[in-house]
Amino acid sequence: MADRRDVDEATNTRTTGHEWDGIKELDTPMPRWWLWSFYATIVWGVIYMILMPAWPLVSGATPGLLGYSSRGAVERDIAEAEAVNAPLDAQLMSVDIASIAEDPDMLRYAIAGGGAVFRNNCSQCHGAGGQGALGGYPNLVDDDWLWGGTTEEIYQTVTHGIRYEADPDTRFSQMPAFGDILEADEIAGLAEYVLSLSGADHDADLAAAHQQTFIDNCSACHGEDGTGMRDQGAPSLADGIWLYGGDRDTIVATITDARYGIMPAFQNRLTDAEIRKVAVYVHGLGGGE
Amino acid sequence: MIDAAKIAALGILTLLFAIAANWGTDPVYRFHAFLLALLSAGLFIWSIRRAGGQDRYAIDGPRPESGYNDDVVRAGVIATTLWGVVGFLAGTYVAFQLAFPLLNWDLPWTSFGRLRPLHTSAVIFAFGGNALIATSFYIVQRTCAAPLWGGRNLAWFVFWGYQLFIVLAATGYVLGSTQSKEYAEPEWYVDLWLTIVWVAYLAIYLGTIVKRREPHIYVANWFFLAFIVTIAMLHVVNNIAIPVSIWSSQSVILFPGVQGAMVQWWYGHNAVGFFLTAGFLGMMYYFIPKQAERPVYSYKLSIIHFWALIFLYIWAGPHHLHYTALPDWAQVLGMVMSIILWMPSWGGMINGLMTLQGAWDKLRTDPVLRMLVVSVGFYGMATFEGPMMSIRSVNSLSHYTDWTIGHVHSGALGWNGMITFGALYYLVPRLWNRERLYSISLVSWHFWLATIGIVLYAASMWVTGIMEGLMWREVDAQGFLVNSFADTVAAKFPMYVVRALGGALFLTGALIMAYNLWKTAVGAGETASARPVPAE
Repeated sequence: MADRRDVDEATNTRTTGHEWDGIKELDTPMPRWWLWSFYATIVWGVIYMILMPAWPLVSGATPGLLGYSSRGAVERDIAEAEAVNAPLDAQLMSVDIASIAEDPDMLRYAIAGGGAVFRNNCSQCHGAGGQGALGGYPNLVDDDWLWGGTTEEIYQTVTHGIRYEADPDTRFSQMPAFGDILEADEIAGLAEYVLSLSGADHDADLAAAHQQTFIDNCSACHGEDGTGMRDQGAPSLADGIWLYGGDRDTIVATITDARYGIMPAFQNRLTDAEIRKVAVYVHGLGGGE
Repeated sequence: MIDAAKIAALGILTLLFAIAANWGTDPVYRFHAFLLALLSAGLFIWSIRRAGGQDRYAIDGPRPESGYNDDVVRAGVIATTLWGVVGFLAGTYVAFQLAFPLLNWDLPWTSFGRLRPLHTSAVIFAFGGNALIATSFYIVQRTCAAPLWGGRNLAWFVFWGYQLFIVLAATGYVLGSTQSKEYAEPEWYVDLWLTIVWVAYLAIYLGTIVKRREPHIYVANWFFLAFIVTIAMLHVVNNIAIPVSIWSSQSVILFPGVQGAMVQWWYGHNAVGFFLTAGFLGMMYYFIPKQAERPVYSYKLSIIHFWALIFLYIWAGPHHLHYTALPDWAQVLGMVMSIILWMPSWGGMINGLMTLQGAWDKLRTDPVLRMLVVSVGFYGMATFEGPMMSIRSVNSLSHYTDWTIGHVHSGALGWNGMITFGALYYLVPRLWNRERLYSISLVSWHFWLATIGIVLYAASMWVTGIMEGLMWREVDAQGFLVNSFADTVAAKFPMYVVRALGGALFLTGALIMAYNLWKTAVGAGETASARPVPAE
């Protein structure tokens, strides 16, 4: 084959003599900076693979001269952080929960640490600011408590959860589904009476007619005046604060099918010191008793 | 005789699919079986009507007498444009969903979780895949001076078989069928079908190269071949799964735990490496020299960067699994290979950009060339950012944040999108035998809308990604985390809006392109070009 290599005028470079569909190739050498950068990354790569674990062996891998391991690095970081806070944690554990708030330094530490615990473990349901959400996730910023709002009570709730059946000490109560017990018109009347308790818009005749239904069926837990009962975790129906919604349809649905809100127990997920901190933090959100 | 066999086979297929539709145990499987039964029934009737007749070819209009099989390329150009618009629309929509979750409509079919894979598959496999198939068929014929091997029917089988794969995948996602592997979501029977189509594609490509009338194989074909071969291997290994039953769409992946994760990201990263990089470099090596009318800058560079790229990319997958249960040695190895990959990736950028020497002035007047060159610029940027993000300490900040999303999109929109647009603008006048594009100024509009859209997208994702990474790791003086996850989500809202607007600009540009290409193909530019056209 004849040598078809010619010289490209614009760049004064020889071509390779190949041509495809009118495309030619210049015989330009590889750019030096490119080639040397490539070599440099290879040299760096070889050195790095000697220093770090990099090649699999029959069992395990080359350890690398630096002896690095991800798990080791994380364990070291965690141990360092824990060492810094260890004296404060020891102090936190040595006093009873209610008196943590009396020492300003201890309180500051508990709120800082409890806030982090809250943001990681509680905010998914209760909101980043503890404001709760409709659908059974109570607001923790107000002073309306289902099971009690002292630091000890909050500590108890976080440790053992609510209706969390895996924990024998969990807080427990169960509302019956009144759809199986009452007639539909009774439930509708009951809903009017419940609406009347918080002064919401309601049918006064129906409400009055079903006051006795309420006393017969609901007052054992929610109280005769509907202000709830903490021993049962039964919410007040008279304060206009609703877990699942205070409109007529939602109240009818709640009475008919009942509710069964569950909060997990955290005693196996958090340390006791962390639970103490988060109890102090939640207590300090605004509504603590 | 052949007609009779074909009709009989289609009849049996229709029956089998009808049986599957009846016996299927889940709605997606039954829907797909029903769809395939309808399709085979349609083909059955069509075959009966055409039996014994002459072979006729669709798509009328003037065509160049090239002797090449360009019908399938024309169909591929149309499919690329249509799927591109669909994919960009889906992407823009899911971007707005992230800013305004109301747009999920509380319906399973329109939820982000189902529309996101619809978007990624539509742009990568439907838009990108059709662009690769169409341009590779165009390029391989011309650079080998030979028509496609296997005849017209095999090429059409690949084209329509691939469209069927896309439809099965997309409808499956919307109906909730997924094997939960990123970029490999379709279930087992869709994977099997794609394998058949892909082997046919490989056969056509290899056959054409073997039958070439040129002494050497052009560099674009090396890249296309590497892409086709490696994707076949990746697809098969990553999708090895055992169906729960042949009457069910569900399957169980063979590899468990962290090994499964490693196989998935070996696949996932090389889908980027061989589908979106090697394949599109094949396009670059043809369309830039052709549009610039200049020889390729350096033959030596093309050889070295090709082999280095092919060798190194396949190791880089573990950098998707830094700081996970994956053993440290695999993470380090993946990171080292990713960094050594930097220069081989840039070899393609250098060869693309420097091919313009002696023709830089054309950038001022030719928006198509400008598009091709800007795509190479984005390629260079993304292939620097990638190795940087593979460094473990950088990755500890960037991983799981929107920075990754920004990185992927500066590559996908900037490199894959722009080079495909350039290729479409190059191809349509030639494939439909028109003198010129309908409107050059519309190309400029497209160029600027797309470029500004990409800049808005990438910049907002850099900001939000780095912000998010810093917020996640922010601790107070005592080592306690400062932010909850929801705080970081709330903080991202403004950037999510900017990103969605960037996507809307990119989509608008693509719609303008679709209009321009349509007008070009139907010949609307020809009557208007009564005014004198300056000689090139």
